[in-house]
Amino acid sequence: MINIPELDQCVHCGLCLNQCPTYRVLQLEPESPRGRIHLVRAVTEGRIEANERFAEHIHLCLMCRACESACPSGVRYGRIAEAARAVVGPPGSPLARALEGFVFTRLLPSPLMLRAVARLLRLYQRSGLQSMSRAFLPARLYEMTAMLPPLPDRFFTPQDEPLPARGERRAHVAMLGGCVMSLLFADINEATVRVLRRNGCDVLIPKAQGCCGALNIHNGETTMAKVMARRNIDAFLDCGAEAVIVNAAGCGAAMKEYGHLLRDDPVYAEKAARFARLVKDASEFLAALGPVAPRGRIEMTVTYQDPCHLAHGQRVRAQPRALLTAVPGLRLIEMEGSDRCCGSAGIYNLTHPEMSQELLREKMVSIATTSAEAVVAPNPGCMLQLGYGASRYGPPLPVFHLMELLDRAYGGEAPPSI
Amino acid sequence: MSRDVLIRELRQIVGDRYVLTEKEDVIVYEQDASILQVMPEVVVLPADVGQVSAVVRAARRANVPIVPRGSGTGLAGGAVPAEGGIVLCLARMNRILEIDLKNRVAVVEPGVINIDVTKAVTKQGFFYAPDPSSQAACSIGGNVANNSGGPHTLAYGVTTNHVLAVEAVLDDGQAVWLGGRVADSPGYDLCGLFVGSEGTMGIVTKAAVRLMRTREAVQTLLAVFDRMEPATQTVVDITAAGIIPAALEMMDQLTIEAVEKGKPVGYPRDAAAVLLIELEGVREHTERAARLAEEICSRNGARQVRRAQSEAERQLLWKGRKEAFGALGALAPNYYVQDGVVPRSRLPEIMREVAEIGSRYRLRIANVFHAGDGNLHPNILFDMRVPGELDRVIEAGAAIVKACVAAGGSLTGEHGIGLEKKAYIGLLFNDDDLEAMARMRRAFDPDGRFNPAKVFPTPITCAEMRRQPAKIPAGLWI
Repeated sequence: MINIPELDQCVHCGLCLNQCPTYRVLQLEPESPRGRIHLVRAVTEGRIEANERFAEHIHLCLMCRACESACPSGVRYGRIAEAARAVVGPPGSPLARALEGFVFTRLLPSPLMLRAVARLLRLYQRSGLQSMSRAFLPARLYEMTAMLPPLPDRFFTPQDEPLPARGERRAHVAMLGGCVMSLLFADINEATVRVLRRNGCDVLIPKAQGCCGALNIHNGETTMAKVMARRNIDAFLDCGAEAVIVNAAGCGAAMKEYGHLLRDDPVYAEKAARFARLVKDASEFLAALGPVAPRGRIEMTVTYQDPCHLAHGQRVRAQPRALLTAVPGLRLIEMEGSDRCCGSAGIYNLTHPEMSQELLREKMVSIATTSAEAVVAPNPGCMLQLGYGASRYGPPLPVFHLMELLDRAYGGEAPPSI
Repeated sequence: MSRDVLIRELRQIVGDRYVLTEKEDVIVYEQDASILQVMPEVVVLPADVGQVSAVVRAARRANVPIVPRGSGTGLAGGAVPAEGGIVLCLARMNRILEIDLKNRVAVVEPGVINIDVTKAVTKQGFFYAPDPSSQAACSIGGNVANNSGGPHTLAYGVTTNHVLAVEAVLDDGQAVWLGGRVADSPGYDLCGLFVGSEGTMGIVTKAAVRLMRTREAVQTLLAVFDRMEPATQTVVDITAAGIIPAALEMMDQLTIEAVEKGKPVGYPRDAAAVLLIELEGVREHTERAARLAEEICSRNGARQVRRAQSEAERQLLWKGRKEAFGALGALAPNYYVQDGVVPRSRLPEIMREVAEIGSRYRLRIANVFHAGDGNLHPNILFDMRVPGELDRVIEAGAAIVKACVAAGGSLTGEHGIGLEKKAYIGLLFNDDDLEAMARMRRAFDPDGRFNPAKVFPTPITCAEMRRQPAKIPAGLWI
């Protein structure tokens, strides 16, 4: 049932152990990458059952893929874990699983429904219901809603008309709006578009696009994920763009893996592989293009959190740092373990609050030690988690997306032509 | 005492969460970084020395074996519970208890990761010298058990040269300190006896380790050779010239291919061998030694000698070396690493012999090793699924071990005997030698409770320990 060649590559050396967040906390081999691979092997050999205990080990994994950065054999652990999750299904109680099933197969694939839910949430936040709800909502549910930032007045909407480059035209790109980014962080999407245009890019945001399916894949839901992947391939592949720009690390990592996801699809396998090669994180693309030097000063000391699916999933580490330090006045202080997961990990902070909060507390201590004035984390999940950490545990620092700061350094919305 | 009573007792000692009995938990402790597998009955993870003592007493009352385990990165099956019983995993005991820079000592628990000791004192200009390739994962306790070495063993010695004292829990459950924190302790060197005893004498619960001052200057050279022979000759010539490099490592073509295929660091893919030469010390001396080493390399026909120009470049050159073992997973589904030692003057001939053994048994062998101290690591690449191949691998491995011993060397440089090499220990020691060692062991562990069936030759051989090839997961070291 779990028959993937990646399983054969692990030589059991253990170099992943100390890089694994859950192993670091628990020091238990079954909660380490090597241990989980051993368990998956044991299941494929029929030595153990894929039972509830097995599922617990598989689900306690954050899917941060720090083990892939550490692995000298190049084992694609993420693929092994995704295959295992496809067997055991999503985590949690039957009720939670039903809810997750609804989210993965109904809500995320539908931009319209997502938008409707976001409007309801906005109403909930603004009507005063949220502050009242503390009294009647279960504490855990209330905490969950409290993690959300205030929803913006307007959402980010794709449009088929390309937005023209400013100055000399250097590239023609398409951009993924993303589900969470478009609804919770519409302003960051807009900032990203401005930064790209400032750098000489025509930017197209095709209407036919949708959610990338990353959450589905990570939680073992591949049927709808494939539908979503095919939709995005159709939306982007033949739009003439030389790159598909993504400003959410989790989405970028998942889209770069579309080739793997659709490898057995007779119609889409080749298209998916071609599409995957077009996908670029915004920082990766700008660094390769040669960014226009920003002139605006930002007098600030920041520390940078490597999103797992950027550093480990896409091996993009140097580019965001280079872009940050190119901003006049901006100083970067590295924190200890900047590429260690903050505990957000998709819906992990909801399904495994205890481990998630433990990692977040540790992360906030590392951040505090730098005495930075702000945190930069170019991924929505990390931003939400760190924002929550800042208010719950301190230090109370603002959390920025890299593109926000770049946009500000380029003059932001001020120039009339944007 | 029944199993249930023992488990109940263990739970009372360390808490429910840290006593593992479910098959889906204990199965991952059946193996270390070797391929030998035996499932433990129960895995216990104590938090401190008091709990270790209590676990040892409980095991004694129940008359079950105890097998200590750190990070499970050993290559000889040392942490595999050959006779079942309790695997006592010390990973949770991972605190650095004391750093005393004035006396250059750190006191650490056994689960502390090797590299974390160095990290804790880097800023103050100190380091912990023994640096096994697995140093990012392996534990100090495991290092003590196996008397581990590493690339820098050449200049600084192995673990035993850096452990001043250990606290150990003995067979009766009492914790005692062996050795002392000052340089010379009177009486028998019991600490020295414990280091390298592979967990057969007791459980180390603390170690006082030596910290060294970071050297003023370091130069790292990469010498590239088109043939193996001149590379090995260079090793001999460098030491003969009176230079003692901090490290002198060799990688052959197959290893280079594996490294460059996995996470490339810039070793030239078409080279027959590269030497990684590191020189440390006072600035002027290091510069002189580096120049002399470069000269010797060139004289022996090195195609290129490159000096790392920055710390980043140096780290990259080392990264390839440190990850070489794991990288071999990219070349073949399985490999079997040997750990023989020869006097370094015999290096050229033993390398020829290893190559001959490879062709005799029709097997590819990748070499990555501590050339400076003659500690070979021939990795025999193979595919467990090919019928008959495993048998040839075992025979080739034995042939290499025998060749090393015949050349005046030893079975193992740093990986230990464990389960894997105990069948060969007779090549080096006769029955009287072994009986003397066994009596020493019995002085500490009269019942043979600690890590039984290891080190000494017993009727169980590793060939019998192997699970049926069809069931062996592909891709593991054996």
